[in-house]
Amino acid sequence: MALLDIKDLHATVGDREILKGISLTVDSGEVHAIMGPNGSGKSTLAQVLAGRDLYAVTGGRVFYDGKDLLAMPPEDRAREGIFLAFQYPVEIPGVSNMYFLKAALNAIRKHRGIAELDAMDFLALVQDRMKLLDMDQVLLNRPVNTGFSGGEKKRNEIFQMAVLEPRLAILDETDSGLDIDALRTVAGGVNALRSPQRAMIVVTHYQRLLNYIVPDYVHVLAEGRIVKSGGKELALELEESGYAGLGIVDEEEAVGKL
Amino acid sequence: MTAIAEQTGAWLESFTRQKPAAPWLQELREAAFQRFAELGFPTTHDEEWRFTNVAPIARTNFVQAVGQAKACPTEVQQHLAKHAPFDNHAFVALNTAFLQDVTYIHIPRGQVVEQPIQIRYDAAGGAEPVAAHPRTLIVVGPDAHCTIVETYAGTGSYFTNAVTEIVAGSGSVVDHYKVQLESPAAFHVGVMFASLGRSANFSATSISLGGALVRNEAGVTLSEGTEAMLNGLYLVNGAQHVDNHTSIDHVQPHGTSHELYKGILDGQASAVFNGRIIVRKDAQKTDSKQTNKNLVLSDEAVINTKPELQIFADDVRCTHGATIGQLDAESMFYLQSRGIGKQDARSLLTYAFAQDIIDRVKVQSLKDSLDRILFEKFHERAH
Repeated sequence: MALLDIKDLHATVGDREILKGISLTVDSGEVHAIMGPNGSGKSTLAQVLAGRDLYAVTGGRVFYDGKDLLAMPPEDRAREGIFLAFQYPVEIPGVSNMYFLKAALNAIRKHRGIAELDAMDFLALVQDRMKLLDMDQVLLNRPVNTGFSGGEKKRNEIFQMAVLEPRLAILDETDSGLDIDALRTVAGGVNALRSPQRAMIVVTHYQRLLNYIVPDYVHVLAEGRIVKSGGKELALELEESGYAGLGIVDEEEAVGKL
Repeated sequence: MTAIAEQTGAWLESFTRQKPAAPWLQELREAAFQRFAELGFPTTHDEEWRFTNVAPIARTNFVQAVGQAKACPTEVQQHLAKHAPFDNHAFVALNTAFLQDVTYIHIPRGQVVEQPIQIRYDAAGGAEPVAAHPRTLIVVGPDAHCTIVETYAGTGSYFTNAVTEIVAGSGSVVDHYKVQLESPAAFHVGVMFASLGRSANFSATSISLGGALVRNEAGVTLSEGTEAMLNGLYLVNGAQHVDNHTSIDHVQPHGTSHELYKGILDGQASAVFNGRIIVRKDAQKTDSKQTNKNLVLSDEAVINTKPELQIFADDVRCTHGATIGQLDAESMFYLQSRGIGKQDARSLLTYAFAQDIIDRVKVQSLKDSLDRILFEKFHERAH
């Protein structure tokens, strides 16, 4: 049984259909890259899987570990092991990063019937995982993402992932806004978390990230559908010929050429 | 009998039964009662009381709380009722008419008091509702420093009608906290007036959590180069009503005032924020900023927020802003996407909303206890 099984998924925002029939199977231990131009539905797919209610699912099914994922509220999806690294991590003034993460971890542990961590054990865990991302301890005591640079926010997302240890991680444009050094650090953190028990879906516009996080499979999304799937060489092909080589209009590139 | 006479009749009876005080105080009480009898309780036709109906107070027969009626030090005479005028305020008049004991704090010139001074007024309503009129006078000499924490609490049905007068000398540094933790059945009207000297640095923080029907007033008068900060946090739920009226009067030039009031409303509760800022003709170079933010958690809660700027000088900077909002959907999703349940996410974000007022509390023990009270309040609400 696949860890994630998406069958003919349709989703709308308002009366606009964004996902027009997505089917995808992801097994534990696999890394799938989802590439596509802006507006192709990549981020929508990531958010729908995490349970954002901004989008209405109008058709199809999603099974996660054999369970009906779409019937679960977002918190239950997280407790069952799904993690979304946000494209735009949300700033929450007034809640410390540390408090937030401890509440999250303990909610997940409680759901799984594991004893909650006390402050000391939690601190030890956090300090261990911070090394992975080369994070400054100062960021832990600050309010969640508040006053963080773009790079620090992205790093914080992967750090949360390292603490929460999901079974399925969805990384939504984790590379956007990162300089090359930050990209290396973040990718290093992600690679350290690859394991046979964990699957990843890496959503990205550019091939660049995939030089660092090498996927097992690449899917190209356009206008709400997967138009091509292949191995990691598909990403390189895209790098050579661009989305246009597949006959796809990339709004961002088109605008760039004007 | 007129309507006012009907209302004030019971009070007159209590008033005449009071033990007479020293002649100067007796004279003050009589003048104040006279004025109260003329004014009567305000109604919602009074602009100042438009959104706060005090009829439940006016129609209740209270037993007057008996104080110790200790003799006031003579130096109290010099300031008492000079900073909290009763000619236009029925509740201040009533407080003055029933004045028995004055909590008097005097910090002499240049003295720096490090430890916060705690004043606590506890009320206890018995078989019949009780009315108490706590009176506080704080006189801080030039260049002196002090921190005052006034706490109002109690059990049962009662009416606390408090007046606090503060005189802050030139160059003094005064931090005043009012913590309102009245019982769920209590009426509370608390008025604080502060006369601030040249280059004084003053802050007033009002934390309003309890009571059924509450009015918090804070009025400050600034001199040349005075810095004043007014912070407030009010939390209402169920059928609670809390009204916050503030008045910042810039009389002389180069004054600075910063005001931040935040409210959290739930259930069928209602709240008022009315922030008056007066900049007199001579108060050039005034810098004044007012902000009121409200978090409304239910469909039935009601907030009335109103800035009231009266500016008579031309070279000033005055800004004001008010917001009324719900919990941010993006933030809710972010917390939930990490495994935090919906109710816990709500309580966490609500607590976070109050956080910047709590962060401004400089008394660590007070900060800790407020932190705990708020956390428990939001948590129990969520479960």
